[in-house]
Amino acid sequence: MFSAFSAVVPMACVTAAAIAAMTAEAFRSPGEQMPIGPLGYIGLLGAAISTCLLWDRNAVSFGVVVADNFSLFVTGVLIIVGVLSLAFSAPTVEREQLPAGEYYALMLFSLAGMILMAMASDLLVIFLALEVLSLGVYVLTGIRRDSPAATEAAFKYFLLGAFSSAFFLYGIAFTYGMTGSTRLDRIGSLMAAQSMAPTPMQLLAVGLLLVGFAFKVSAVPFHMWTPDAYEGAPPAVTGFMSTGVKAAAFAAFVRVFLSAFEPLQSDWSPVLWAVAAATMIVGTVVGVVQSSVKRMLAYSSIAHGGYLLVALVSANDVGKGAILFYLLTYAVTNLGAFGVIGLLETGDRPNDQVRDYAGLWNDHPRLAIAMTLFLLSLGGFPPLGGFIAKWYVFTAAMQAGYTWLAIIGVLTSVVSVFFYLRIIVMMYMTPSMSPLQLPPVPKAAAIGLVASVALVVYLGILPSRVLDWAVASIGTIF
Amino acid sequence: MPSLNDYLILAAILFAIGTAGVFLRRNLITILLSIEIMLNAVNLTFVAFGRALGSADGQIIVFFVMTVAAAEAAVGLAIVISLFRHRESLNPETFTLLKW
Repeated sequence: MFSAFSAVVPMACVTAAAIAAMTAEAFRSPGEQMPIGPLGYIGLLGAAISTCLLWDRNAVSFGVVVADNFSLFVTGVLIIVGVLSLAFSAPTVEREQLPAGEYYALMLFSLAGMILMAMASDLLVIFLALEVLSLGVYVLTGIRRDSPAATEAAFKYFLLGAFSSAFFLYGIAFTYGMTGSTRLDRIGSLMAAQSMAPTPMQLLAVGLLLVGFAFKVSAVPFHMWTPDAYEGAPPAVTGFMSTGVKAAAFAAFVRVFLSAFEPLQSDWSPVLWAVAAATMIVGTVVGVVQSSVKRMLAYSSIAHGGYLLVALVSANDVGKGAILFYLLTYAVTNLGAFGVIGLLETGDRPNDQVRDYAGLWNDHPRLAIAMTLFLLSLGGFPPLGGFIAKWYVFTAAMQAGYTWLAIIGVLTSVVSVFFYLRIIVMMYMTPSMSPLQLPPVPKAAAIGLVASVALVVYLGILPSRVLDWAVASIGTIF
Repeated sequence: MPSLNDYLILAAILFAIGTAGVFLRRNLITILLSIEIMLNAVNLTFVAFGRALGSADGQIIVFFVMTVAAAEAAVGLAIVISLFRHRESLNPETFTLLKW
């Protein structure tokens, strides 16, 4: 009888760790130090083991949570995101005197929401998972309560997030009204039956769902919250939400649009084409003029959302595999970059302007090398992971006949190299005004950085194994 | 006896009022209320569809949505309170620390 629950085990492990963190904080006497962060590692370890055991099993729980290889691959990415975020969070939590129990509990709860979102095969469950992950991230954004900028960022994020989820829910309501169900498989078969002449209500439902998803993956023109939220949040949280939320939202996006609404593809793909092009262009062009590294990486993450959308629009086998590979590469790279930014922060200064990076190579050569690799991978330099990921995305677009989209993608990534290189030039070739006095890098964060550097290089040099996994896991489903 | 269309039109009007409120009102509390109006417009849509389809699903979904809306309101109000502590103002135009 327990086999009915098997698909929710990875999520349950993370939730249990979150509840443990919350309880530990509640029973902690004031001033007592408690290893709350390591509780999260235990939960994530359990989630990782159960993910491996569920592989190839196609377990289904309650008819709405599906542990097929696609959702398990995304769960794997999310577990990596969780482990790295915990590792990079520890120094920030200590330095800023953040409430450790609440911080880790919120992070793990929203991670559980992300895993549920990747596994859900019912629109209502996707909505609930989206809210679980969002509520946690809204609070994490504003966790530095004494900072006006953080609170302001949290409010902007909250407002636009709640606004967009109302649109998303309205889309679910219309879908329910047309099909009498919120299950993706039933919606898909009913849509296929009348795909020749879509009714206005069908198009309205697709449009509203598209708006909801576009907000979550910060696609243009629904990206306004992204730079503010990313700048106001602590760097570890920014890394967490720029990768985790994006991975979970894209997993649900792909599942909904390539299964349930696949029959209407000829109607939604031109819209997504325009959104993808606009996202790549705006993310890159506005990113060039930023002087804050965090804002710059925020725009870079918008642009990366655009490349993922290109793979989604292509919707062929290469594109579907490329989405998963891209999510993994982007998650590791971006988290690493924000990890370095977090380590450069000191108690009195955020040190997140481009000019603060002057002379980093002389002062802290190891951090400079790690940052260089992450930035080059984000820019798509061979032989790093980002290059392979982009290569497959553009190959998919060419094969699907979207030549212009591929051209826009290549041009914007060339332009984006400009702003990544600006930081690198700053680190190596500009002497520093006043050398940064940094405390020694904590062990967990150092291991996290080394691991992400190793993964970025591994994904760039020997991508075939992971790529085969990605293609195989998505090929069986859609 | 109102038909399904009447309910849907009413819900659409409510949703539009909520959307307009988010953009036009200059008070954070009123903006939060506008979002609640939007969510309740969606609830009305669910119930109307559920009744037209003759299934209870629509009404069950509404319970989930109400729970989510309550949690969202709690988080939203908490953020508004901590914002008010910094600014002593509820007008969103005074929040200019980050480029909007």
